[in-house]
Amino acid sequence: MTDTLKLYPARPEKVYFYGTCLVDLFYPDAGMAGIQLLEREGIEVIFPEQQTCCGQPAWTSGYHDEARAVARQQLNLFPEDWPIVVPSGSCGGMMRKHYPQLFRDTPEQDVANNVAQRVWELTDFLLNVCRIRLTDQGEPVTVAMHTSCSARRELGLAGTGPELLSQLGRVTVVEQARAEECCGFGGTFAVRHPEISAAMVSEKVDTLTATGAREFVTTDCGCLMNVAGYAEKQGHRLSGQHILSFLWERTREQATDEGAASP
Amino acid sequence: MSSRDQILQRMRQRRGGALSTPEKDFTPLKRPEWTTEEKLARFRAAMEPVHGEIHDCRNRDWVADLAELLQSRQASTLLVGNGPEPLATLSSSAATLPELVVYDEPVASWKEHLFRNLDAGLTTTRGGIAETGSLILWPDASEPRLISLVPPIHVALLKATELYGTLSDAMAEQDWSSGMPTNALLVSGPSKTADIEQTLAYGVHGPRELIVLVIE
Amino acid sequence: MTESNLTDVRQFHPRARAAIDNPQIRQNFRRAMDGLMDKRRMAFEGWDLEALRTLGASVRQDALARLPDLLEQLEEQLTANGVRVHWAVDGDEACRIVTDICKARNARTVIKGKSMVSEEMHLNHHLQQHGIEALESDLGEYIVQLAEETPSHIIMPAIHKNTGEISELMHEKTGTDRSSDVEYLTASARQQLREKFMAADVGVSGVNFAVAETGTLCLVENEGNGRMTTTVPPCHIAVTGIEKVVPTLQDMSALLALLTRSATGQHITTYVNMVSGPRRGNELDGPDEVHVVLVDNGRSGIYQDDELIDTLRCIRCGACMNHCPVYTRVGGHAYGTTYPGPIGKILMPHLIGLDEGRHLPSASSLCGACGEVCPVKIPIPDLLVRLRQESVDGDRLHPAVVNGHGAKRDWKESLAWQTWRLIHANPLAYRLGTSVASRLRTLQPASLGAWTRYRTAPKLAARTLHQRVRERQP
Repeated sequence: MTDTLKLYPARPEKVYFYGTCLVDLFYPDAGMAGIQLLEREGIEVIFPEQQTCCGQPAWTSGYHDEARAVARQQLNLFPEDWPIVVPSGSCGGMMRKHYPQLFRDTPEQDVANNVAQRVWELTDFLLNVCRIRLTDQGEPVTVAMHTSCSARRELGLAGTGPELLSQLGRVTVVEQARAEECCGFGGTFAVRHPEISAAMVSEKVDTLTATGAREFVTTDCGCLMNVAGYAEKQGHRLSGQHILSFLWERTREQATDEGAASP
Repeated sequence: MSSRDQILQRMRQRRGGALSTPEKDFTPLKRPEWTTEEKLARFRAAMEPVHGEIHDCRNRDWVADLAELLQSRQASTLLVGNGPEPLATLSSSAATLPELVVYDEPVASWKEHLFRNLDAGLTTTRGGIAETGSLILWPDASEPRLISLVPPIHVALLKATELYGTLSDAMAEQDWSSGMPTNALLVSGPSKTADIEQTLAYGVHGPRELIVLVIE
Repeated sequence: MTESNLTDVRQFHPRARAAIDNPQIRQNFRRAMDGLMDKRRMAFEGWDLEALRTLGASVRQDALARLPDLLEQLEEQLTANGVRVHWAVDGDEACRIVTDICKARNARTVIKGKSMVSEEMHLNHHLQQHGIEALESDLGEYIVQLAEETPSHIIMPAIHKNTGEISELMHEKTGTDRSSDVEYLTASARQQLREKFMAADVGVSGVNFAVAETGTLCLVENEGNGRMTTTVPPCHIAVTGIEKVVPTLQDMSALLALLTRSATGQHITTYVNMVSGPRRGNELDGPDEVHVVLVDNGRSGIYQDDELIDTLRCIRCGACMNHCPVYTRVGGHAYGTTYPGPIGKILMPHLIGLDEGRHLPSASSLCGACGEVCPVKIPIPDLLVRLRQESVDGDRLHPAVVNGHGAKRDWKESLAWQTWRLIHANPLAYRLGTSVASRLRTLQPASLGAWTRYRTAPKLAARTLHQRVRERQP
């Protein structure tokens, strides 16, 4: 399922930033953090104003006509050959892996394939294209990391988040039991099968709290909504943050020239 | 139209058209050439954890070892095939063996006795597989299938020189594809189950013990 | 085993809820699946697993590409070996074939080795109706049959029961003394079943791989009941899906390496039993008659479609269910289908129709664990999405083909997605809508149906990312 061959581009001058609808509505801080991290790396960020949603909710629900109509709208947002970065493994996976499927045998096939090849999950991009160097400015803290299933399996990014966190000198990263197991979000799965989803997230919260960490970070807003929302409702002392917000907040004082290769 | 023709026709007239056949690369199954001693060590390392008992009798009288092993288990009968060997070797041995019962009648005529009264069975093998710790059994008229299945103890004779690295090696070198016997077996340990709460228990239907005597 | 389990497919939700609320079931499955995942991981240590899975996939793709030819070759070889070959378009025909063979031999009792295809056919029920006793001999299947249940896992049928429950069951049904000693319970079952093996008129087994080049049926097992079934009774009937054929013994060896490691983390099972014909010449044991029933039962339909055909690669190892977070929570019975878990979700809709199986494809978070461990690389998550599309007739460009397609489409959900499309395919409407939602966020309802039953609602931000980006611009 993961790429057998993934060729990272050279560090570009500009990137397109695809914010995703969940970030847009619920977690704009994570989006801003991503933009600021990129800018600090000396990369100009283009935010296409016409962006809405990648179409994934309809795609995974089987409403492919609707998914295609919405996704088609996104295909036109990236006319230049810049990389497209996405602060989400799930939406990134949709665009990278499933756009080619969604537009197979349609007039948009070529542009869809072209867009798909340029899509990068943002933590992957920061680590492997920007080769970002982070200098921790925060207080000592212990966090757990939950990598979303789409980042882990669809995009093959199991190690990316932990590797970024390991650059932060005063952050202790602890790993929860069954780290690779799904948190139970699954988009509409969480409302179509609420009891099963709840059984999954309750165990995820249990394993996270068992690490002793009070905070967890994650690559995806879906997991974040699910795990943090469950923990809050059930009164667990566990809060969550998007990994981009976490990285930015701990390094925002970091001078630009510490970046690897600012122009 | 017969069901057969209906099924085959349906697939031949497949909606998606003809399918292409992919390349098959079998290199992941390849193992380095091992010496006999290396193969034996691997065989042991694979079979002992699954409760197969291995005795190296290459410099000894294996019949004496067999006698001692069966005595310690208080086996009073030993089922053997009707071929010349290993029957002749057993019969001519001075060792104190259990009563030898020769399988020389069709099973229907003595099923009850076979199932109820026999303590151990002795078979030859057609070699072994080092990688997985498996014996190759090739039952035939002189060594029927049930010797290795019904008695609670199965003793197998394995020639060290007939150890193969992998199953693929054995199949190729013995040219299995030119024709198989009515029944061929790989046996890798005694019968077992984990069907009750994943707890291992041995001898559920077949032998509770598998003893391999490695011979020249 | 009764016919009623078909209708139970629709009861997925209540059954799943009941399983989730049953701590014993939850614990039985969690423990078992954790153990199986660990064992699988260890069994592949030192292997180039990706390369091996690629080989497994290509062996199966190759076999499927040539399936009709291979089936003919298999038939030819088996016939030459003295095996009688039968073909059945569906489960009912397969049951009739088996029953007719039994009747022709005046058989009263059938002993069975493990066979999921026979479960799929409801063979035991059919035989019973014809006055023929069918007894399962795999210990797990035996336990499940004593309990008058169905298997909850394709490899470990009684995994939902603990020792205490099994002891009580055996005491009640067979008079075995109550015991927590697994060895004692196993030994008791051995004794009970040995009598049955001796007396059985016919043995019925499944097949793991049918090798076309030599006409060989491979049965993979640990207990020896499969060997008993195929050796002791005077007649052996093997039932198998038509997709189980592989071209050569070498192909079989590749799949064998994957099967046992993926299933139970074993480098090999205790027995690999290769049957190529009935007793021959002066042989003193083995059945006089061997029959093979090649069962289609929906498979040639799956075969038609370039995407769905991957379903037929399956070698029934069960790794997908062992790694499935949904299966681990709800157990095998919740599904109400012969094959539970991820493979069941992509296979059963073809066997029972998407109308009956409409809940199956959606019961997944699409986490991808199943596809990641599949030894023959079946893209299970993609197939789930495909079946979701089929169940709502959701793609006009690629019209649905599976029997019972569109059964899940309802006007309310369709309307919701059309509304969603109207907003999201129109950037202006989207920005307007989202900025209004942010502005009115204090009016956001605290209750969002099923979501907030267990979680707090996500909080709308004061300003959307769109707005914040726009504000930064000079």
